[in-house]
Amino acid sequence: MLPAILFLGVFMVYPLIDVLIYSVEENYNFASQVYSGYGLFNYSYVLHDTYFVQALKNTFIIVIITVPISTGLALLISLGLSSIGRIQSLFQTVYFLPYVTNTLAVGLVFMVLFKKTAYSDGLINLLINAFGGKSIDFIDGPYWAKIMVMCIYTIWVVIPFKILILTSALASVNEEYYKAARVDGTSPFRIFVRITLPMISPTIFYLIITGFIGAFKAYSDEVALFGTDLNSAGMNTIVGYVYDMLYGNSGGYPSYASAAALILFAIVFTITVINLLISRKTVTQ
Amino acid sequence: MKNVRKIKTTITYILLSIWALIVLFPFYWMLLTSIKSYASYNGEYVPKFYAEHPTFENYVNAFTAVPLGRYFLNTLIFTLVTTGLMMVVIILSAYAFARIDFKGRAALFAFFLALMMIPNELVIITNFVTITNLNMRNTFLGLILPSVTSVFYIYLLKENFEMIPEELYKAAKVDGTSDIKYLIKVMIPISQPTIVTIIILKVIECWNAYVWPRLITDDENYFLVSNGIQSIRENGFGRENIPAMMAAVVAISVPLIILFLIFHKKIMAGVSRGGIKG
Repeated sequence: MLPAILFLGVFMVYPLIDVLIYSVEENYNFASQVYSGYGLFNYSYVLHDTYFVQALKNTFIIVIITVPISTGLALLISLGLSSIGRIQSLFQTVYFLPYVTNTLAVGLVFMVLFKKTAYSDGLINLLINAFGGKSIDFIDGPYWAKIMVMCIYTIWVVIPFKILILTSALASVNEEYYKAARVDGTSPFRIFVRITLPMISPTIFYLIITGFIGAFKAYSDEVALFGTDLNSAGMNTIVGYVYDMLYGNSGGYPSYASAAALILFAIVFTITVINLLISRKTVTQ
Repeated sequence: MKNVRKIKTTITYILLSIWALIVLFPFYWMLLTSIKSYASYNGEYVPKFYAEHPTFENYVNAFTAVPLGRYFLNTLIFTLVTTGLMMVVIILSAYAFARIDFKGRAALFAFFLALMMIPNELVIITNFVTITNLNMRNTFLGLILPSVTSVFYIYLLKENFEMIPEELYKAAKVDGTSDIKYLIKVMIPISQPTIVTIIILKVIECWNAYVWPRLITDDENYFLVSNGIQSIRENGFGRENIPAMMAAVVAISVPLIILFLIFHKKIMAGVSRGGIKG
């Protein structure tokens, strides 16, 4: 009891207040721990930093692309899973595998698959060639190609969790509803729209909300694919920007890091509130 | 009608198998690449889907050319100590919240839950400064301390403890059993499934930890596997020795995959009940 309060106090509550203070201290020097005054300069610096703007753009692209696709795909896969009887649990186990693996390590495999080197164009490029396309360097090449690999890998990483949650939601829908609908001769599509979807809508919204939050915090998947110097790769995310400001070659600026982290917090908070408001209107209780 | 159904089921199976292939392929590819020799890997413009002369030299390389063994040992120490300490902390807290009546218990618990809303990124900034100022960078203490408690697991365990009937506690009290003895002899054994689930989830989390260890260590002697693999990628075997890199990736992935194969039911049940993304 007491140790938990102590740990949480030192490592959770104090930090929150501290970050707020850091973010308004101007010209804070980490080594000598002096600052020149209070104000909003740090926020303005961060918002005018081209690296931050790039990170903001990348993060929003990740969110907008990966959340709908991964949730939709997970729903389709879960529906498929729940419609089969045999080897369902085998499929389920296989699908969950990416959840327990080290994303940094497996990211390297994706890098190898997509990367174009002097020796080989990489497996994915050979596939593209087979269909008549031209080879692209997905790791060091054009921006859209890098975004594409990043989104594919992100989806691959986040989807196991969604499939698991959706499959158990689908399994918990009362069988009686389906029986009654079938007796009435309702078409499968109508059953899905009128029964299944409303019954699992709280779960879907839960996944969308947590999906948004998770996608806004994207960072280690990008490191896995493009290396630690994300700024020069043009692939940084907001969280990556925060950590780079804190530590590493560009580090030593906790004030900028704090301002950026609080901006991120404000964005995530706003979007979550909007999501909750929408879900209150649409979710069937 | 029956035929239509059959076709539909077949299509479902095919699509599901394709997805299984997408999930498994990266694992196959890393295993395959890791047993190809450096020369044969680079000689294949069109990579082969099998290894002509399988070799283990990449694994030898992975453990000798870079301190992969050291990274493993560090991660093992980090995982064991963090998980062990956390279990002590959360079991005692959950017990206090579930069984001991003290003033302001409800308010304190609500406060705990509110803490779950604070994003980790905010917390990490100050923790980084705190640990740096305490001169605990590049120490195990600095790595471990911030992650020895978890509001979420306290919550999970407290719910579990509360399901144990109050009568048992009263009976134990009448017999003169102390709280600690009751906790160890009765509550922990009864809640064992939940406790095991928490331990497994925490072990996975520790094994994959990247952000905090990266911030707090820049001395290779304290790298965990995630940081290790990153430094191997950037300046390990020379950038182009991909087979050796894949051997390291396999070595890092295997422990968790084995853990998963043994405990997959528990892990999946735990994650779906907890409903959190590690």
